[in-house]
Amino acid sequence: MQITALSFSEAEESGVGMDLVLSKESIDNIINVLDDDLLRAGADCVILVDRSGNLIVNRGDPANLDVVALAALSAANFGATAEIAKLIGEDDFALLFHKGKNENIHFTKVGKGFILITLFGKDVSLGLIRLNTAKVTDQLIPILGGEQ
Amino acid sequence: MSFIDLSKNEVQCKVVYYGPGRGGKTTNLLYIHQAMTEAVRGKMVTIDTKGDRTLFFDFLPLALGKIQGLSIKIQLYTVPGQVMYNATRKLVLKGVDGIVFVADSLRVQKEKNVESLENLRQNLAEDNIDIKEIPLVLQYNKRDLGGSNIPILSVEEMEEDLNQELQVPWFTGSALKGDGVFETLREISKRTVKYVSRKLLSR
Ligand SMILES: Nc1nc2c(ncn2[C@@H]2O[C@H](COP(=O)(O)OP(=O)(O)OP(=O)(O)O)[C@@H](O)[C@H]2O)c(=O)[nH]1
Ligand SMILES: [Mg+2]
Repeated sequence: MQITALSFSEAEESGVGMDLVLSKESIDNIINVLDDDLLRAGADCVILVDRSGNLIVNRGDPANLDVVALAALSAANFGATAEIAKLIGEDDFALLFHKGKNENIHFTKVGKGFILITLFGKDVSLGLIRLNTAKVTDQLIPILGGEQ
Repeated sequence: MSFIDLSKNEVQCKVVYYGPGRGGKTTNLLYIHQAMTEAVRGKMVTIDTKGDRTLFFDFLPLALGKIQGLSIKIQLYTVPGQVMYNATRKLVLKGVDGIVFVADSLRVQKEKNVESLENLRQNLAEDNIDIKEIPLVLQYNKRDLGGSNIPILSVEEMEEDLNQELQVPWFTGSALKGDGVFETLREISKRTVKYVSRKLLSR
């Protein structure tokens, strides 16, 4: 797969942190990966966010779902959990999972800078989602410009 | 950290309202939220609030229209101002593109303003951000208390305490009444977008 993401090494040098620019091809690649491996496996909705809370891509049927708020809250939740991990001597947790009555939500780290959020119903197995998010993560990292 | 989506010609930036506890950060966002139409603003999220003190953060997404064909999306956040919540402030600051420092005009808060600005400088430095590089605007809030019998700081004194070295744009305001809220927002948005696109162009 082609690597089309650009990040600013110049910005990093000046200490500003990495900004992310994704071309249309990169976005299309991400969409294909999410659709093929998660939506087709039965996920209701898949959202890619960065750890500062920006919404990168969302797929599926998020009717009535405020994805922008979900992106911000997920990034904060992940950040808070990473701090908890540090307190107990872990680097970070690679994934988080919350089980609801009808809907479940699964968060996975993608590289250092991104989080993949998967919503799925009670008739889809967690094992399948885990397997497929791992696959998706491996495909997303090169598109997102390697280890961010 | 801004994100530019070339498939939608859209840029997303993160602006954080910082400052001492009870200074009026949340009140700024509440005013923006109630004054803007739903076409411009998304849902405001306030989490973990105990009374009116912010324990985690507030969040308000805005779509500010287009500049040279690029759609501008700005996410506003507030931090908890109370000294003990520094870990949370650092978390919310992650990936920040622009900052509004809301200073409290109450005379009793004079030191708290200075401490909070110093805390901001340190937290940014830990993320390798120079406070003099990142877009920053000051708001001297609660000016509506000027005529009352509550002692407040003069603008000159606040300038001397907070802006002597930084020399950044500043606005007087009353977040409660809405004075200066949009002037502050407009200036930080303009600067943040300019800063982000300058980084983009200098690639
Ligand atoms: N008179 C006056 N009161 C204000 C103004 N802005 C905020 N307040 C009041 O000050 C108190 C604190 O305001 P908040 O906006 O909650 O302060 P904050 O900076 O978010 O505080 P933390 O969440 O603890 O960091 C509230 O009771 C507000 O109504 C203002 O411009 N004038
Ligand atoms: Mg607050």
